[in-house]
Amino acid sequence: MNADAAVTDKPSTLPWPMQLAVPVASLITFGTHWLITQKAPPLEMHSYMLLFWEILGVSIVLAIAQLFWPALRKWMRHMWPIFTASILLIGVWDVITAGLHLLPLPYFPGPAAILRSLISDRALLLDSTWHSLVLLLSGYTLGVIIGLVSGVCIGWSSPVRYWGMPLLKVVGPIPATAWIPLAMVVAPSAIVSAAGLVALAVWFPVTMLTASGISNTRASYLDVARTLGAGRLYLIFRVAIPAAVPNIFIGLFMGLGASFLTLVVAESVGVKSGLGWYLSWAQGWDEYGKVFAALIIMAAFFSTVMTLLFKLRDRVLVWQKGIIKW
Amino acid sequence: MTTNIDATSGVRVHEIYKSFPVPDAPGTSRLVLGGISFSIAAGELVSLVGPSGCGKSTLLRLIAGLDVSDSGELLVGNEKIVGPSAERGLVFQDPNLFPWLTVRRNIEAGLAARGVLREKRNEVDEFMRLVGLEAFANAYPHHLSGGMAQRVALARALINHPKVLLLDEPLGALDAFTRMRMQDEVLRLWENRRTTMLLVTHDIDEAIYMSDRILIMTPAPGRIDREIDIDLARPRDRTSDSFLHFRSEILEHLHFAGKAADVST
Repeated sequence: MNADAAVTDKPSTLPWPMQLAVPVASLITFGTHWLITQKAPPLEMHSYMLLFWEILGVSIVLAIAQLFWPALRKWMRHMWPIFTASILLIGVWDVITAGLHLLPLPYFPGPAAILRSLISDRALLLDSTWHSLVLLLSGYTLGVIIGLVSGVCIGWSSPVRYWGMPLLKVVGPIPATAWIPLAMVVAPSAIVSAAGLVALAVWFPVTMLTASGISNTRASYLDVARTLGAGRLYLIFRVAIPAAVPNIFIGLFMGLGASFLTLVVAESVGVKSGLGWYLSWAQGWDEYGKVFAALIIMAAFFSTVMTLLFKLRDRVLVWQKGIIKW
Repeated sequence: MTTNIDATSGVRVHEIYKSFPVPDAPGTSRLVLGGISFSIAAGELVSLVGPSGCGKSTLLRLIAGLDVSDSGELLVGNEKIVGPSAERGLVFQDPNLFPWLTVRRNIEAGLAARGVLREKRNEVDEFMRLVGLEAFANAYPHHLSGGMAQRVALARALINHPKVLLLDEPLGALDAFTRMRMQDEVLRLWENRRTTMLLVTHDIDEAIYMSDRILIMTPAPGRIDREIDIDLARPRDRTSDSFLHFRSEILEHLHFAGKAADVST
């Protein structure tokens, strides 16, 4: 596709090849699908073809709208090559699976079958996503709060560091999922144990990075604050913590990754709800279309949460950016 | 703007000794200040020059209260210095602005640190004007030039109306032109407010141009080797005969005093 068009910085018009890229790609992908299904036993392909018409329709509408809307044009210039490639990739997947049967069934269904699972099981998937969200947010929030408190204490106070650091270094590296056998015995319910495990997974990187950020605060910032008459609270909350925020965010990102992992595992062993549970349940029934559907939902879900954290970081760390802000 | 000139803002340094442990040789220590004594009158601007490593910055940190001397006495007015305080401001060569705060909030920091921001918020504008940074109120430090950043640092230190302002090579990182402009700026602030100032500098011209008095230190362990009163009217002419006379006198002295090769001129 028109790769270099994505980098050029002239927002005047969108080149023709670029405008046509998405419709052409969807024609190729769905045309292929039509060809494949001609030779195969008739499957329910209504929803898949509906998707094709939707993509085609939206891309044509956008192609017209961008003529009058520069912001949209800029966004399209950036996103269109990626969309085009994604659509073509779906086509390739279709050819490999439903077309040439290169991958064994039922483990690798074609895109049309996956879409069908996604649609037919949407109520349960939505419900599972909701449960995962609740579990993730409660566990993550708990882990972040405890991690920030323990990180600040370890980073600031040397007695706390002396006693806390060995504990952190010994207990922290144990993957949170390794605690599952114990957690299931100790916790009053599977949900609580899962939330606790997610919190534990988040706690370690957040504590570690917060502590190192706090203890690496430039001494001269603290010196300056002292000569301005700052007391201990000001030094901690207005100097050391703000100085540690870039580090803290690294911890928050690492913690988020760890929380996804722990969430899925905890759900698939103990909890009877959530995407992790759905995944292993679908696998149990050999419904691999549903497995892929759950993976797609997870990808969308987790990347959205990740994006939100990035947005938060950009807001909080605006002072690090090279943008002039006055 | 209130002036701070009263007898309680003089500084007395009496027989101060300070040594630091030598990192490579445990158990041994190096004497940095060897019984240094001098005093600064309230409202006086005094410069401290000397070979590097003679303990100038150490002395400034002791007066700021950030370090503790081994022995001797440090007084501001009649009060012993026991720790850092808002009455002794310190400006470093690196402006050390808090990068997460805007210019305005950096200047406010002195008030916020003492918990008096609410009552004294109106003074912030005054200080922004004083250092000519109204237009940059909402800029973040890394967008500022070196001179601008140092002006913010000065305003931040002055907003607490310190009795004494300690300046540790505050203009050392600036280019020659900015530096000369900033010397006038600091002088203007000093003349407005008559804050007692102790300026550590490597630049002999700067010391002569700005100070009432220059203290020349010996190499480590640092002591006062010589005091020179600069009895020239301000603004001073950097090319006048008397200016140049002071210059050669100090240079000559630093050579006699020993290792002065690293003193820039």
